[in-house]
Amino acid sequence: MSATLAPAPKHTPVPVSQDSETPAPSGLEITVPVRDEKSAPGWFFARSEAAWAEFQTLPMPGIKDENWRYSSSKKIELADHTPATAPTAANTAAALAATEGLKERAARFVFVNDVLVESDTTNLPAGVVCVTFADALRDHSEVLKEHFMQREMTLGSAKFAALHLAHVKAGAVIIVPKNVTIEKPVEIFHWVVGDHAAIFPHTLIVTADNAEVSVVDHYRSLEGEGGLSIAIADLVGGRGSKITYAACQELADDAQALHLSSIVAGRDSAIKSFQVQLGASFSRSESVSDLIGEGSRSDMLSVSLPIGEQVVDQRTLQNHKAPHASSDLLYKNALYGKSRSIFSGLITVDEGAHYTDAYQTCRNLLNSDEAEATSLPGLEISADQVKCSHGATSGPISDEELFYLKARGISDSESRKLIIEGFLAGVIERFGNGELLDTLVARIDEKLERAV
Amino acid sequence: MVTAPDNDISDIKVDSVGDFTFPERNKYDSGFGITEKTVDFIADVKNDPDWIREFRHKALKVFQDKPMPTHWATKDLENIKFDEFRYYLSDGQKPKRSWDDVPDDVKKTFDRLGIPEQERKFLAGVEAQYDSEAAYSNIKAAVAEQGVIFVNSTEGLHKYPEIFRKWFGKVIPTGDNKFSALNSAVFSGGSFIYVPPGVKVKHPLQAYFRINSEQFGQFERTLIIADEGAEVMYMEGCTAPKFETATLHSAVVELVAMKGAKIQYVTVQNWSSNVFNLVTKRGIAHEDAEVRWIDCNIGSRLTMKYPGVIMKGKRARGEVISIALANSGQHQDTGAKMVHAADDTTSNVISKSISIGQGRSTYRGLVHIPKHLKGCKNNTECDALLINSNSHTDTYPAISVRGNQHSTQHEASVSQVSADQIFYLMQRGLTEAEAMSLSVNGFINDLVKEFPMEYSVELKRLIDLEMEGSVG
Repeated sequence: MSATLAPAPKHTPVPVSQDSETPAPSGLEITVPVRDEKSAPGWFFARSEAAWAEFQTLPMPGIKDENWRYSSSKKIELADHTPATAPTAANTAAALAATEGLKERAARFVFVNDVLVESDTTNLPAGVVCVTFADALRDHSEVLKEHFMQREMTLGSAKFAALHLAHVKAGAVIIVPKNVTIEKPVEIFHWVVGDHAAIFPHTLIVTADNAEVSVVDHYRSLEGEGGLSIAIADLVGGRGSKITYAACQELADDAQALHLSSIVAGRDSAIKSFQVQLGASFSRSESVSDLIGEGSRSDMLSVSLPIGEQVVDQRTLQNHKAPHASSDLLYKNALYGKSRSIFSGLITVDEGAHYTDAYQTCRNLLNSDEAEATSLPGLEISADQVKCSHGATSGPISDEELFYLKARGISDSESRKLIIEGFLAGVIERFGNGELLDTLVARIDEKLERAV
Repeated sequence: MVTAPDNDISDIKVDSVGDFTFPERNKYDSGFGITEKTVDFIADVKNDPDWIREFRHKALKVFQDKPMPTHWATKDLENIKFDEFRYYLSDGQKPKRSWDDVPDDVKKTFDRLGIPEQERKFLAGVEAQYDSEAAYSNIKAAVAEQGVIFVNSTEGLHKYPEIFRKWFGKVIPTGDNKFSALNSAVFSGGSFIYVPPGVKVKHPLQAYFRINSEQFGQFERTLIIADEGAEVMYMEGCTAPKFETATLHSAVVELVAMKGAKIQYVTVQNWSSNVFNLVTKRGIAHEDAEVRWIDCNIGSRLTMKYPGVIMKGKRARGEVISIALANSGQHQDTGAKMVHAADDTTSNVISKSISIGQGRSTYRGLVHIPKHLKGCKNNTECDALLINSNSHTDTYPAISVRGNQHSTQHEASVSQVSADQIFYLMQRGLTEAEAMSLSVNGFINDLVKEFPMEYSVELKRLIDLEMEGSVG
C-alpha cells in the first residue's frame, strides 16, 4: 500500500463566490427596447412590455441550473452587445451581394440588422401568407396572437426568450391554408453587421389541415466584432400537415448564437426540424417538440462541426402527450481543436401516451486530443406499450473505416475528410433537400480545410 | 405473506420475511434529532479517538450547511424530517464471536433471516449489525490465519489505526454530498476489511444489516482494502420491519483495490418500503485492479445510490451491474459513476430496471474521461421494463469525453413484456402471473447469473413475490 491518494474528484459543482465588484449592468441588460405603440396591436405591445419587465426580474441561469449543466449562460454576453442599428446603404449592398441562396425557392426575405432589405414572394400559391413579422403584426394579428411564443420555455432560456420578445421586430410569418402545398422552400437570410450588434429574428410557421411547407433560415455575419443572434422559431403543424424547417447558423467565429425552437405537432402531422451549427464561438440551440396530436411525427436533426475553441450547446425535448405519435432525433457533432459539444436531450412520455415510438441518438466524432464531448441523453416514461430508446456514442474515427479508404490509395487526411463529410451528410440527407445538401456539404468542406 | 386485493398491489411486500420486530432494550439512545450533543454522545459511547470526534464535528457542519439536492433529485427528500430520527441505538454490548452468545431476540432475528445457516453453508465470515452496532462478528479460522482482517468499523478503528486512518474518508470525502456528510457525523457499525497482498479469499464475506427500532437512522460505514494482488468478495443484505413512520439508512462504503487487486461488492437491498435508503458507495482501483459493484435494489421507499469507481491506475477496470425493481410507492433512483483517471482504463455499466404498478425506477449515470488520457473505454447499457400502464421509468446519463483516443457508447431502451409473449406462455398452461414472472426473470436473467448461487436463487424468489398480483 504505497500509493497516496488525492482527494476524490467532486462531481457537484462548487458555487463560485459572488464577486464583490459586479460590473455595472450595460448593453442589452439595460437597453430599453424601442417600440412605436402605433406599429403593433395592443396585445403585442403589452406582451412585449411585460417581457421586458420579466427579462429584468429573471436571474441569469446559474451553474446549478440543470438546463445549463456543463455549459454557462455567461457565454451569452448580454452586457457586451447592443441592439443592431439600421444598416447603411453599403451594408445592404454588401449583404445582398453575399446572399447566395437556393436557386430552387418559393420565396425569399433578406434582413440586415433586423431590417428588411429584399423580399421576393411573387411565386407563391394563392392564399398563402408569407410576410415579414412587422406586416403580420399589422395584417394577421389574430394568427399571431394565437401562436406567437405560446409555449413555455422549459429548457433554460426563459430570460433570453423574454429579451427576444421585448426586442423582436424582424423575421417571417408563413401561414399555409388547407390543402395547399408549397413545394420549394421559403428562404430567409438574417445578416448582422457592426461591432457587438444583436439581432432578434423570429420565424412563425402555421400550417392548416394537410398543408405543406419548407422553410430555411440563415444566420450570417457581414462584418464587425462579435455579434449576437437570439432567434426563435415557432412551428405549428395542423392536422395532416407537413413542415420542414432548417436553421443554418454560420455567424462569425467571435459571435454568439442562441436559437430556440418550439414545435407543436397536431394530429397526423409530420414536422422535420434541422439545426446546422457552423459558426459562432458559442452557439446554443433549444428545441422542443410537443407531440399533441395522435399519429403525429417529429424528426429532429442537427449537425455541427466545432473547431478551435467553439462551443456547441444543444438541448432537446421530445414531449409525447398523445398516443400513437413518433419522434426521432439524430444529432451529430464532429469536433476539432479544443472545441466542446454538450448534448442534453430528454424524451418524456406522458401518462396515456401509449404506443409511442421515440428515439434519440447523439453521435460525437472526436478528431483531436483536446476536443470534449458531453452527452446527457434522458428518458422519462410514464406510459406503457411504448418503444423508446436512446443512444450516445463518443469516439474517434474507427481504424477500420480509415484503413478501408487508405487501402484504396486515398491519403490519410483525405480519408478523414471523406469520413467526416459522410458522417455529417447522412443527417443532412434526411432533411430531404438536394440543393441544400450540396450547399451545406460545400460549407462543411470549407470549414474542414480550416480545421486541419 | 399478506395477500391483498388484486386492485391494490402495493400492499404485497416481499420483505414480509423481515417484517417483525422485538422490543427495544437499548442502553444507549442518542435521542431524537441531530446536534453537536448527538455527535458528542456517539463519540463518548464509542470511545472515539480525538481525530474521529473532530472529524464528526466537522462533518456535522458540512451536513447542516449543504442544501438538499432537490434541484436534480426527487422532492420526496423533503419528507425526511431529520428531527424525528434517533441517530444511535445500542444495547452497549460487544459483538459476539459465537451465535450462542448473541442475545436471544437478536439471535432469533438473524435465525429467521437465515444468516447463521448461510454462514455454515458458504460464507468465509459474517458480521451482523442490529441497529447501530454489530451483534455478531466472526471470521473462519482458516481465513483469519491468512492475515485477513474482518471486523466492525469501531474495532477496525481501535485495533488497526495505522491501516484504518490511512484510507478512512479518502475515497469519499465528507463533503461529497449531504448524506455522506451526515454519515460522517454519526457513523456507527459497518465492516472493516483488510486483505493482505496476494491473498485470495475463496468464499464471500458477508454483512447483514438489520433495523429493529422505530424512528431510527442506521449509518454504517464500511471500508474494504484489498492489498496488491488480493481478491475478495463482500456481500451485504438488509431488512427492516415495516413501521408506521419512516426510517433512514445512510451508509458510506469505501473500497480500495491496490495494484492488481480485485474487489467484488454484492448488495441485495430489501429494506421495507418506508426506508429512505441514501447511500454513497465508491471504490478506487489502482493499476490493473478491478472494482465490481453488483447492486440489487428491491426494497425501500426511496433509494438513491450510484456506486462509483475511480480508475486511478493504468488498465484499471470498473464495473457496475445493477438490478432495480420498483413497486407502487417505491422510487429506485440508482445508477453508476465512472471516473477514468488513467490511461487504458475500462468501465462497464449494465443496468436493468423493472417498474411495477406505480413504481418509478430511475437510472442516473456519470462517465467522465478527462483530458490527456488515452485508450479509455466505457460501455453503458440500461434497459427498463414497464409492467403496468401507470409505471414510470427515467434515464439520465451524463457522458463527458475529452480527446480522440477513447471510445464510449451508451444505450438505453424501454420496453414491455409483449402481449404475444404472455399469450404464448399462457397457451402452454401457465397463468398470466406465472407467464409475467417468467418473462421478467428472463429480462434480468443474464445479470442474476453474476450473483453468487445462493443469492441468485433468493433474488428470483423475491422477484416472483414482487410480481404477484401485478397483472390481471
